[in-house]
This record gives sequence, structure tokens and C-alpha cells, in this order.
Amino acid sequence: MAKYHVTTSINGEPTEFLCSGEQTLLDVLRDELELTGTKEGCATGDCGACSVTVDGTLVCACLMLGTEAEGREIGTIEGMAEGETLHPLQRQFLEDAALQCGVCTPGFLVAAKALLDENPNPTETEARYWLAGNLCRCTGYDKIIRAVMTTAAELRGE
Amino acid sequence: MATAKQEIGNGNGSLKYVGTRPWRPDGVDKVTGRAKFGADISLPGMLVGRVLRSPHAHARIRSIDTSKARALPGVKAIVTRDELPDIPNQWVPAGEVAVNYRDMSQNVMAREKALYDGHAVAAVAATSQAIAKQALDLIEVDYEVLPHVIDVREAMKPDAPVLHDDMFTEGVEPTPETPSNVFKKVEFSTGDLDKGFGEADVIVERTFTTKPVHQGYIEPHAVVASAGEDGQCEVWCCTQGQFTVRAYCANLLGIDIGKINVTPSEIGGGFGGKTVVYLEPIALRLSQLAGRPVKMVMSREEVFRASGPTSGGAMTIKMGATKDGKITAAKAWLAYQAGAFPGSPIGPGCMCVFAPYDIENAEVEGYDVVVNRPKVAAYRAPGAPISEFASEGVVDELAKKLGIEPAEFRLMNAAKEGTRALYGPKFGPVGCIETLEAARSSEHYKTPLGPNQGRGIATGFWFNIGGESCATINVNEDGTATVIEGNPDIGGSRASIQLQAAEALGIPPERVRPLVADTDSIGYTFLTGGSRVTFATGMAAIEAAGKVVAELRGRAAKIWDIPVDAVEWEDGYAKPSGSNAGDFEPMSMAEIAAQAGKTGGPIAATAAINAQGAGPGFGTHVCDVEVDRETGRVTVLRYTAVQDAGKAVHPSYVEGQIQGGAAQGIGWALNEEYIYDKDGRLENPGFLDYRMPVASDLPMIDAVIVEVPNPNHPYGVRGVGETPIVPPMAAVANAIENATGVRMTDLPMSPPRLLEAMDNGGANGGGA
Repeated sequence: MAKYHVTTSINGEPTEFLCSGEQTLLDVLRDELELTGTKEGCATGDCGACSVTVDGTLVCACLMLGTEAEGREIGTIEGMAEGETLHPLQRQFLEDAALQCGVCTPGFLVAAKALLDENPNPTETEARYWLAGNLCRCTGYDKIIRAVMTTAAELRGE
Repeated sequence: MATAKQEIGNGNGSLKYVGTRPWRPDGVDKVTGRAKFGADISLPGMLVGRVLRSPHAHARIRSIDTSKARALPGVKAIVTRDELPDIPNQWVPAGEVAVNYRDMSQNVMAREKALYDGHAVAAVAATSQAIAKQALDLIEVDYEVLPHVIDVREAMKPDAPVLHDDMFTEGVEPTPETPSNVFKKVEFSTGDLDKGFGEADVIVERTFTTKPVHQGYIEPHAVVASAGEDGQCEVWCCTQGQFTVRAYCANLLGIDIGKINVTPSEIGGGFGGKTVVYLEPIALRLSQLAGRPVKMVMSREEVFRASGPTSGGAMTIKMGATKDGKITAAKAWLAYQAGAFPGSPIGPGCMCVFAPYDIENAEVEGYDVVVNRPKVAAYRAPGAPISEFASEGVVDELAKKLGIEPAEFRLMNAAKEGTRALYGPKFGPVGCIETLEAARSSEHYKTPLGPNQGRGIATGFWFNIGGESCATINVNEDGTATVIEGNPDIGGSRASIQLQAAEALGIPPERVRPLVADTDSIGYTFLTGGSRVTFATGMAAIEAAGKVVAELRGRAAKIWDIPVDAVEWEDGYAKPSGSNAGDFEPMSMAEIAAQAGKTGGPIAATAAINAQGAGPGFGTHVCDVEVDRETGRVTVLRYTAVQDAGKAVHPSYVEGQIQGGAAQGIGWALNEEYIYDKDGRLENPGFLDYRMPVASDLPMIDAVIVEVPNPNHPYGVRGVGETPIVPPMAAVANAIENATGVRMTDLPMSPPRLLEAMDNGGANGGGA
């Protein structure tokens, strides 16, 4: 099967890969590039475990083809911390115990960061609706929402 | 909270680390994407395995022709019923449960018949995903489609299609001569039921149904298996119990247990659903045949069609009480769907149904019934949420008829220390009353409600278990400690083991590193389930720490040349005591560890225990709802969940368990159900149509921890993971009744059902 050559940027690093026409961006990240922090929970865009950003926009990597990454800027969970310094959301998730099993956590963090990038001062309802595309079965969302709201306030300097 | 044995490793009797909220030890890996879950593991030369599944609910498999698939380049192995050993029909103990390996093997791969939509029929290992998929299309299965049955009451009828022609109901005398779908009848009774109902001034009898619901873990089942030419097998998978996977694979494939090593990956949720095997033995068999590692990952559709769920139930509950509020009699009839093979949680369902109450006269009868659905798996307090949804609805109705405030009515009858449970034992110290009182005195419970709003309260019970656990503590050269244990960390148990070991050693938690080991690296440990890990494996870690402390004291005694009895251990330091007090400067664990080579060698200890005395768990939930009378939509406005944790080791993760269980219960109450078409095919095998709660569906969930210490644990711990899913369905139903006057008896209480019930002026009804 012929493969496509794709030139893209992942977490700021110039990246090239080969993929088939039917591989999703999620398949490429996980199977070709070994970036397994992005998870597959459903492969139908319903659970948000594969949340990534494409040119700053939040998308489910399972709903996009690998070839569509051509010329784009992809952001994944692996790019969220800077060196040894965790992103404030990552720190607050640990502080608030906003995870149990942790498999939905990368998706929630990527989605929450996208929320705060777009809306630094969300209401609790806005945060709940923004994150409604990310399923968590362990926490009941309480601690996740609290962590996001606390981080938003911190980033606003409150 | 003071407990009897609290002094272990902790000179002054107060707890220094247990009860604090540090970052979990595996936390950074989990927020950076570094943690390796089941599907994140890969090996060189690995093949991709996929499963062909029955499209029929019930069909005889006349033949399976794999010749075309085998001829496809890139296909390396195929497994059908012909490649798996036949196993005798017998129930054998496996850890704390009994399993029937014949049924398990037949569930993993269909033999004579496919018994549900999604039942595995064949599996392929190929060099790529695309080739594996293509190969499945080339396998020709000749099915003779048979009549099917998916409703539990239908399945119990004499003319129902029979799934297993060798199933003769157990537990009835005489044993029936014709096969049926009723695997067994169980009964529990105490006192004199007629007398009890005779004393009652008010009697309420209701019939209820619940739908099967899936555990809904976000991580699909995944495994990598590698069988070597020497017969040594390696398995990596997401499981709640690596020892369970090892035993099940060994038994299903006829391999010696000692030749299989199972490494648990991080686990992306389980809730009981990952205590069984589906892909693991198939991947291992494919690897044996192909001579290469095989990776298999379920799609979400496969997770819904072929794994989990828990039972749906059909129930009739009758309870009576005197006008001054004493429950005098209770009777329950329960039938649980087991799925295609026997083994529903009907036993626990029967034992828990009236457990929150002290009732003198009670009778419960239960039935385990097979239907053409996936074999049920454990789901958080298996069996209890179903039956307690029903009984807690009747309790509420009794209170209303008697004109007694519902929390007060429950308190008047609440189980307490000395209450004899219907299933036999007398309770020790339990927190049923304490959780009810905390709920009743909460600010939430006193807040006024608006129009179309209602408040419900419900109490729930779950046993909790202990069981077999091992823990090894190695003291490192710098005086830090590694705790090796055998329970996959499903919700923060590394943190709770770390804190208990730190407490017992007297050193800060950041100097204790917990490690979840593979089956070759730690002694037998029963799986992560039954709310047992923080209790039982925690006790193993405390016992191992006690041995380490004894050794450290001995080493200090040697260095100081004084008797070991004259060395005490306090806050991670050896100190001379008694007549030697003050003779030497206290010596830290690091200083002793640094000299270990000269004082007797490495310092390490293992504890291997069978923990007894898990404290039962009670919880009381309060739920406020608002009902939209136009659409039937129910919005949960406010939710408070109170639970007795004995002692909360890491309170944040205890709260998390409570909140998560409540959220799952709300989903069970309002939305979640399997929808089958007339041919018995699952119509909603995905998250879009199997509607689990999302963030915008829920309010904050106020978790309130009460601590009634469990006297059987050094720090008073009792399990917390399961009880929180027991009260929500009744709490929501009671709130809806309070808002609308409609008693919903069938789950889920989804908008169309509630709308219909409101239109009918009160009753709803449907199959299970």
C-alpha cells in the first residue's frame, strides 16, 4: 500500500512521517511516532481521550487523517510541560487529585488548556460545557472542574 | 480517630502521614502522558490480533472455514474453537470467587453455539491492522440462527429458548428434569415473616426493574502476549489482577502457572470489568501458533458488545412497618440476568438488599438467569446497587405513608454494631447511623427547594473484602524505601500504600516509592477489587514495615552495642531508651542503611497475609433534582454523598471514589441502558448512544467522609471504592418522586419514561 509523506510540526518540533491514506492522526501519533500520551477511548470522537490541538484548535485526533497534518502545528500532551516544569494545569490536577486511573487525563489537560487559551475567565458552566466532549468515568468531574477553575484564576494572577 | 493498634511505627500514637494529601507517586507520569496503559505497549516483531464476532444473538455454529484467510499473505495465525482445549464443566475456587473454566473458555471463544451478539468466533494475527481486518472478512462461518431471549422474566418462562441444554436449576428440590435458563435459586431468611407482616400497620409492595449497564472504563481492553519457544510466556495487559490473568490463561490453555509472567500496565478504569479475561488467552494462543508477540486491543464497539456489563434485574420488594416507625418484615424476590453464562451477582444482591436495616423477619429469594447477552462481569459493589435501588424506594414509600421524615425513618431502623445481617454475621462497629446523621445535619438537607424540585435520600451497604496480599519493602542505601506490591493502581492506591508504609516506617512519604510488580516479582496477591487494596495490601505493607523497623532497631543495637530492647523507633530514627536513654545520638534510617553491609547485609522484609476483618461500608446520599414537566428531563441540581471510610488514608482519593461512584450511579439512574433490536443485536455500542454522564450533566458532588474506625486495621481503614455506587439510583428516584409524586420503578429514568409515567399518573413499567 502506497504511503504518503507528511511534513508537519508536533509540539514545536519539525516532524516528518509516512502514513497510509486510512490512518488517522491518532494512529500516526501512537503507532508511527510513539507519542502514546494521546489515548484512544472510542475512535469515534465521543470521548475526547485523543484531544490534541491543530493550529491551536482543539480536535479529536481520531477524527482527522494523518495526511491532514501536512503543514499544521500539532500540540499533544507530550508538549505541555516545559522541560522539568509542569504546566499549571498539570500541577493543579495533581494538587487536587483530579485524576484516578489517569487515562482520560491527557485529553482533559489538552482540552482544558485550549479552553483557558481561548477564555481565561470561564464560568463553571462554561468549563463544564467546554469539557463535555471529554469523558471521565472515575472522578464524577468535580475535582477536574475545580482544578481547571483554580488554574484559570492562578493564570489570571488572582 | 484512635484505633487499637495505632502505635505501630509511630511512637506517640497519632498519625503523621496517614490522612494527608500529597501528590500521588505516579502522578507526574499520568499528567505528562508518560504512563504506559494497556495499548501503549509494543514489542519488536509484534503482530496485530483481531477477533471475528457473532452477529447473531443465538446461533449454532455449523462450520468455520478459515482457508481463504489463512492463504492471505501476512496472516500468521488463526484461532477458532479447534485451537483451544476443551475444559470440564466444574466450579473451582479462584481467589475469593468461584469460576467455571469451561464457561470462561466458551465465553472467550464460542464452541458449539454463539450465545450473544459479539461472542468471539475466531481470531487472527497478521502483520498489520489492515491485513487482520481483511482476514476476518475472509473467514466463513455457517450459522444456524436460533430463537433468542434477552429479557430476564422472558428467559424464566417454560417456553423460552434454552441457551444451555445441560442446565438444570440448582437450589430447588427436586432438581428439575428439563433444562432451563435458571442456573440457580438462592434463599436467605430470618425470623418469622408472617408474624412480621402481621405486626405491620403499613405494608408496601412494589415491582422494579433495572437495565444492564456497562462499567464504562475509558480504556478498552488491551494485551500484548509473547510465547517463547521454551514455553515461557509473557503477557502485558490492563487488568485489575495480574495473578488472575495468569491463572485464567494457564487454566484455559493448559499451561503451567509458573511458565506465565503477567505484567500489569497502568489501567484506564475497570470498576470490576477488568477482573476477567477476554483477549489475553486468545493473544497468547495466537502468539504460540505464530511464534511472535501479538497485540490485541478492543474497539469501543467490541467493549460494549462483548465485555461487561452488570446484570439487569427484575425485583419485587414487600416491606411492612408499625405506625411508630419500626420495620417488622421484609421480603424480596430478585432475578438477575447473568448474560450468556451463569454467574450474576445474585448472591450479593440478596445479601445486601436489606442490609442497612435491623429487621427481625426477612426472606429473600434470588435467581441467576442466563440470557443471550454478554456474560456479566463485576461492576462496583456487584449486585447491591440493583437490589438496594428497589428496597430503598420501598423504604422511602413506607416513611411517606407513615408520615415520618425519611432520614428519621431510616435512623429508627438503621443497622448498628450488633445487628445480625440477613446473611449471617453480626456487624462490628459500622457507620450506617453516622452517615445518616451527617446527611441529615448537612446544610444541603436543610436548604429549601423550588418548584418542580425534589429531594431524595438513600442509604447503601457493601461488604468490602480483605484477602491475600503480599508486600516487600527494600531499604535502599540512602535510607529511602521501595514498597513492592501486586495490586494494579486503579484509583490512587499507590498513594494509599505509600502513606501507610511511610506511617509505619516513620519516614516522609516522598522517601517511600511504591511499585506495582509483575507476577514473577511479588507473591500472590488477589486482584484490585472488593474495595480491598487500601485495607488488605495496606496491612501487608504495614506488616512488612514492622519487620523492617525491627531489623533497623537490631542494626542500631549492634552499632551501639546495646540490647535491641533498649532501642526504640520514632519518626524514622533509632533511639536508645530505658537505661541507655541519651547515651547515643538518634540514628536515622539513612545512617543505618548506609552501614547495612557491615551490620548484616541488605535490609528488606516481606509480608504475606490473608487479611481478615474488612469493615463493611455504609453511605448515605442526598440528591436534589429538578424535573422539566414538558420534556421529562431530570437535572441533578445538588448532590451530597456521605460515607464511612473508617480512616481516610488520602482523603482526596477517598472523596474521588465517593464522587465517581455517585456519578456512575446517576448515569445508571437517568440514562444508561443497552438497547437491543428484535434480533437481539445491540443497537447502541458506542459512547454517543450509550449515554454516560458528561461534565455538563452533573453538579459538584459534595463528598463527606465520616470515620468510624475499623478495629481490624492498624489505622482503622475500611474500603471505600464500591459503596458509593449503591445509593444513587434510589436517591434520584426518591427525589423524582418528591418533585413529581411519580414513583419510578424502572431504570433508567430517562425523559421518555418519566414523561410517560407522569402522563399515566404515577406508574411506569418495562422489561429488564
